[in-house]
Amino acid sequence: MFDLNGKCALVTGASGGIGGAIARTLHEAGATVGLSGTREEPLKALAADLGDRAHVLPCNLGDPEAIEALPKQAIAAMGGLDILVNNAGITRDQIFMRMSDDDWQSVLDVNLTAAMRLCRGVMRPMMKARWGRIINISSIVGATGNPGQANYAAAKAGLVGMTKSIAYEVASRGITANAVAPGFIATAMTDKLSDDQKATINAQIPASRMGTPEEIAAAVLYLASSEAGYVTGTTLHVNGGMAML
Amino acid sequence: MSDVADRVKKIVVEHLGVEEEKVTESASFIDDLGADSLDTVELVMAFEEEFGIEIPDDAAETIQTFGDAVKFISEAT
Repeated sequence: MFDLNGKCALVTGASGGIGGAIARTLHEAGATVGLSGTREEPLKALAADLGDRAHVLPCNLGDPEAIEALPKQAIAAMGGLDILVNNAGITRDQIFMRMSDDDWQSVLDVNLTAAMRLCRGVMRPMMKARWGRIINISSIVGATGNPGQANYAAAKAGLVGMTKSIAYEVASRGITANAVAPGFIATAMTDKLSDDQKATINAQIPASRMGTPEEIAAAVLYLASSEAGYVTGTTLHVNGGMAML
Repeated sequence: MSDVADRVKKIVVEHLGVEEEKVTESASFIDDLGADSLDTVELVMAFEEEFGIEIPDDAAETIQTFGDAVKFISEAT
């Protein structure tokens, strides 16, 4: 089950905790992986760790031209592009009354517009191949909202709407488009929280713990597999029961 | 009929699964040959590949009929 031998996957934000775990899991399942992100060093380290079938493809997702070029670079490096995982995201948290246009725009640009451009860029090769998997990493806050994250929540909810529309359009061509919505996931960012803060968070989660990047990666692996060919336009919530949607 | 027209017709017949007689000069891909909007994008992709040309989006939108396609490709090649 979930064999990705012969498939090529592009993962954005692969230098981060969740993106790195996604790349690692897809690679382990046999896929050739393209590791994209802004910071080249961690990408190189991950590629070196993975060994064969790993390609470093640095890209600044705030730069439209760089985004347009990325799918072509990925195909040149890997020989194809069957799976796209839009994982890269940034936050510019601020209470709504104080949120600047720039806070709003930069989050929308990277989290939503860049994902749209990449989805559009991979459509042609996937249509030709009559097979493709698009997996957009949304967030629980896209469904529930979160104080201080109007920009982030809007972008993450936007991803879900976009994903469903793409799913409609290309389902007849063997291409699926789905979203994964993580809840609280333990990463370098949450390591910095105090024990008290962690306890407060865990109290809101029926599973009484944060999720791991590997648990998000497992959801992505499923949606990337041939076995998930009849699953499209859905959002897979991976949140320990924190929001049952 | 020109060589370009023959090759275009072959692609249209194969892709849309229509009878060759229906692919006339004025046959509209969408209205007469049962194509949906995604089919028209795929036809353009197939034309690009067959003839080694690039058909920009704004030009692709003007290609509505079999005749339009033959004319555009004849001029571009």
